[in-house]
Amino acid sequence: MKEIWITLATVIVAPLVGGVITGIDRKITARMQNRFGPPILQPFYDLFKLFSKETIVVSNTQILYAFLFLVFNIVAVVMFVLKMDLLLILFILAFATTALILGAMATNSPYSRIGAHRELISVLAYEPVLIAMIVAIYFVTGSFNIENILKHSRLLILDLPFIFIAFSYVLTIKLRKSPFDLSTSHHGHQELVKGITTEFAGPVLGLIELGHWYELVLLLLFVWLFFAKNIFVAIAAILICYFLEIVIDNISARLTWKIMLRLTWSVAFGFALVNLIWVYIKYRLL
Amino acid sequence: MLFRKALKKSPWIIHYDCNSCNGCDIEILATLTPVYDVERFGIINVGNPKHADILVVSGSVNHRNARVLKAIYEQMPHPKAVVAVGACACSGGIFKECYNTLGGADTVVPVDVYVPGCAPRPEAIMEGILKAAQLLEEKKNMKKGEILYVTKS
Ligand code: SF4
Repeated sequence: MKEIWITLATVIVAPLVGGVITGIDRKITARMQNRFGPPILQPFYDLFKLFSKETIVVSNTQILYAFLFLVFNIVAVVMFVLKMDLLLILFILAFATTALILGAMATNSPYSRIGAHRELISVLAYEPVLIAMIVAIYFVTGSFNIENILKHSRLLILDLPFIFIAFSYVLTIKLRKSPFDLSTSHHGHQELVKGITTEFAGPVLGLIELGHWYELVLLLLFVWLFFAKNIFVAIAAILICYFLEIVIDNISARLTWKIMLRLTWSVAFGFALVNLIWVYIKYRLL
Repeated sequence: MLFRKALKKSPWIIHYDCNSCNGCDIEILATLTPVYDVERFGIINVGNPKHADILVVSGSVNHRNARVLKAIYEQMPHPKAVVAVGACACSGGIFKECYNTLGGADTVVPVDVYVPGCAPRPEAIMEGILKAAQLLEEKKNMKKGEILYVTKS
């Protein structure tokens, strides 16, 4: 019974949090560019507007895939809050991205297709780091289950500092922020029109937007996991982490996919690997 | 409450330059710079007609670009509005008498707001777009393709 209430609360609260964070993000971005910026509730206006528009789709499967994107993201967040298996959450997150890619591929539009290809490349870039992160957490705590991970006596960050750096690095890709906003971007950049979401319009685009908010909450929950022992440190870490993402978003231009792949595989994955070997020796061999 | 205000609080625009002398386009782009900060009204410039609510047209329509203008308009999901920026988009302007010119944007698509001037100032363009955003609310309750004849100022 308790699980049902938690699930319900998560499904309702997560998008509200995600939307407000997105609104604050836009406000801070505006202040950094020395302008006033939209109201904090602007993302909600955008979302409601999208839902009150006409549905235009090229093929009906698009609606299904947009819906699946949303559902998989919701399931992932709920599973995290219910403290279930971390590995499974990662797979479900990958399913969500796959649904988005398939949705973009369901049409013949070249913009949408190139966006989908770039999204695939970003998956290729960040997925190894995420896997390494979860394996490292397993080495430290001996479990994939969040319930048991939280029972670990030390802050996870003390054992996994480099993994955390690598994770913040790929967070930029996951949040689709500059310099890695290859497949689409939340701002008005118009390379590739709008990339992966080009062919989604009206309420279907709204579903994807909503899915992004759940995804955002999930990613911030991952940050929380590293500091789970101390709630204040965790909140501070999330705020600092997200603020840094905004700063980087504002000071950098978009990179090409080749550079992205090279950077993530060498720098981020390198960091993750060093940490992985370190905790393996410390917890498994000694 | 949020839901009711949403349409007019988040107008995403797409800009199409029909055949303008570039005077109006520069003013439209100036409107989109941080100086005027249209994002505080929720206005975002999108490059994709499927995401757009308001079509901002500049320049006079001729035989070549009428087809493109119509295609862009038809790809936008209902409810949508059109803003004609500049004398050329309003009536054909100085190009009206040219043999290849059809006239203003309203010869091809139903224009909701006319922003006169050669070229209009960014403040006027902003006001035109916001006026069009107000109309979206009324248009929502109408059938698709029905044209709203505006009598209010
Ligand atoms: S209205 Fe004037 S500035 Fe605008 S396109 Fe026509 S001639 Fe150029």
